[in-house]
Amino acid sequence: MTTGRILAALIAAATVVLIAIATLWPVQSAVAMAGSGASLLSSSSTAQAAVESLAGEIGRQEWEKAYSSLANKSEFTEPEFVRDLTGNYPSIRTYATLDSSDLRPLHASADEAQIQLKLRWSTVVGTFLDTRTLKVVRTDGRSGDRWAVSWPIVKEPRVPPQVIPVNYLRWDVIYRGPADDWGAQDVEAPHVRIVDMHPVDRADGVVLMGELLNEDVVPAFVTVKATLLAKDGSAIASEDSFDKISHVLLPKQVTPFLIAFHDVALSQVDSVHMDPSATLIAASADPVIEIEDQRLNPAPGASFTGKLINQSGQVVNVAHVLGTFYDKNGQLVWVADQYVDRALLPEIPVSFAMSIPADIASKVSSERAITATYSSGRFQ
Amino acid sequence: MKRRFTFFLGVAALAAMPMALAQSGALGLPKTVEAGSAFSIQSAGSGKAVLYIVGPGQILRRNVQLGEPELFAPGDLHNAGHYLAVLVSGSSTENGAFDVTAAHEPSTLSFLAKPSRVAVDSHDGISGVVYVFDTFQNLVLAPTQVSFQLSGVAGTAQARTVLTHNGVAWTKMNSAAKEGSGQFVAQVGNATGTRVIQQVPGEPCGLRISARPSGQRLAVQTDPVRDCSGNVVPDGTIVTFTETYNGGESTVDAPLKQGVARAEMPAYNGAKISVATGVVLGNEIRWGREQ
Repeated sequence: MTTGRILAALIAAATVVLIAIATLWPVQSAVAMAGSGASLLSSSSTAQAAVESLAGEIGRQEWEKAYSSLANKSEFTEPEFVRDLTGNYPSIRTYATLDSSDLRPLHASADEAQIQLKLRWSTVVGTFLDTRTLKVVRTDGRSGDRWAVSWPIVKEPRVPPQVIPVNYLRWDVIYRGPADDWGAQDVEAPHVRIVDMHPVDRADGVVLMGELLNEDVVPAFVTVKATLLAKDGSAIASEDSFDKISHVLLPKQVTPFLIAFHDVALSQVDSVHMDPSATLIAASADPVIEIEDQRLNPAPGASFTGKLINQSGQVVNVAHVLGTFYDKNGQLVWVADQYVDRALLPEIPVSFAMSIPADIASKVSSERAITATYSSGRFQ
Repeated sequence: MKRRFTFFLGVAALAAMPMALAQSGALGLPKTVEAGSAFSIQSAGSGKAVLYIVGPGQILRRNVQLGEPELFAPGDLHNAGHYLAVLVSGSSTENGAFDVTAAHEPSTLSFLAKPSRVAVDSHDGISGVVYVFDTFQNLVLAPTQVSFQLSGVAGTAQARTVLTHNGVAWTKMNSAAKEGSGQFVAQVGNATGTRVIQQVPGEPCGLRISARPSGQRLAVQTDPVRDCSGNVVPDGTIVTFTETYNGGESTVDAPLKQGVARAEMPAYNGAKISVATGVVLGNEIRWGREQ
């Protein structure tokens, strides 16, 4: 009987100890499952903890809590803080979720620290990185010393109310109807042509790059499918360009395309069957996007950068930049792309940067960039 | 049930065809019958029998009096093809075969014109194919004259007359030098078919740009863009302006609107501005020092 009581007391004591340990030092997976912060007891006891805590609140979209923890709340409102992170207008950023965050201390003193915070956002078109350099200051709170982040607010420029006249141009299509007789022709599919194609052997497989021209006078929805054929004529693999292409091509417009075949070596390939397809679609010729300050930045960290300027009056919610890179002989050597996470407001420049593989960057002599855009509420 | 039975008998008649052909002497069959026309089948002997006519998509069953002609009204047989006639009387069977041909008078046509959109000045760029049918949608295999005419755009209309071969006639036409919608008409007897062929400008020719200051920036625009035949290139065609300066570059893809493409670009002294559309390059201008 006594032994049983001792055992029960031991079990109860062990349970209390384990609960205390788990509360004070939770494992990361448990934190994620619970949706809680990094540490319940030390959210702002150090500069690093304050930034970690803020990143956690941003990730959980606890905007009120995140805003109230900031040291420079008086400089902006909570909605402005939220818009800084999610965008003023619907964009890729609006629908992104925080995938992970990294912080790197840059400088620290007794009362102030500088920490670089990298927020890696996850979207349907991949991830994008939002890097902020945060000043963290020591403040005296009711519960003693604490650290608070001074948020470097980036206020999106506002476009003043105005009327921008646009000579709107778009194509509408009437297709063949079910009542038409057998001989009645449908609207002709747009004529498109591959004007350049180049296979490259990469470490992770074969990459097919090229350029497709809409040589017709009507807009086209285009896709490019490729099949790698072995020496005996059998198909090794078949892939399409997915989003490494501008799918809507206006008359005389050229898009690059890139098709990746993973785990295939170029030595296995005897020939390639290309299958470009084009469908006539209703489309709009607007908006016009200027790509300004395009620059090739050499290795290390080779990249292609520039700014997008929306020359039309409508807001562009999603912009996709495709870069085509050529060597000094004009031969296509690489295709890269980048989605811009913020909406493009009229006349407001938005930067973009796309990385170029180091071994390719040294060969690049010139480049060409195009943009594909999507505006919500607009008939594409 | 009745239909199934009739079908079964038809199949049975087909199965018995080799033997039937050997016994065809007693049935008075026409060699050919024009689709939709009246005809008769004569049988020998006396008494009652059942006559089956089995053909493409059609089976007829008639109770006949042997020794008397069995009359078939106009329209009883309307599908062209090879038919079998089987006369079943008691335990004996007589059979034979005959052909139903399409009516001589064409009634309708199917007209396939390709492409519906073609560049101007394209030699043999437009093709037209006509299938000639009679009232019952049988392909008229007898040689028939088909007239093709392409008109509607400035210049004289092109006309061709072609005889059908196995029910089909085809031709090729040149597209006009001037853009616009052409009417491509095919006619057989009283039957006509019309298709619209859109003749569109070709590649831009002599693409040129000019630039002028617009505030802190440059307003660049093309001259009216035309093809080599002088046709205005359609609005919406994308023109790419490229400006290079100090190792940097700006590009704008602008659509033609009212025949002209316009864009605003940064004003850098000494910048080179070039223009292209599709695979056609235009002139290059230098802004600033050299101007």
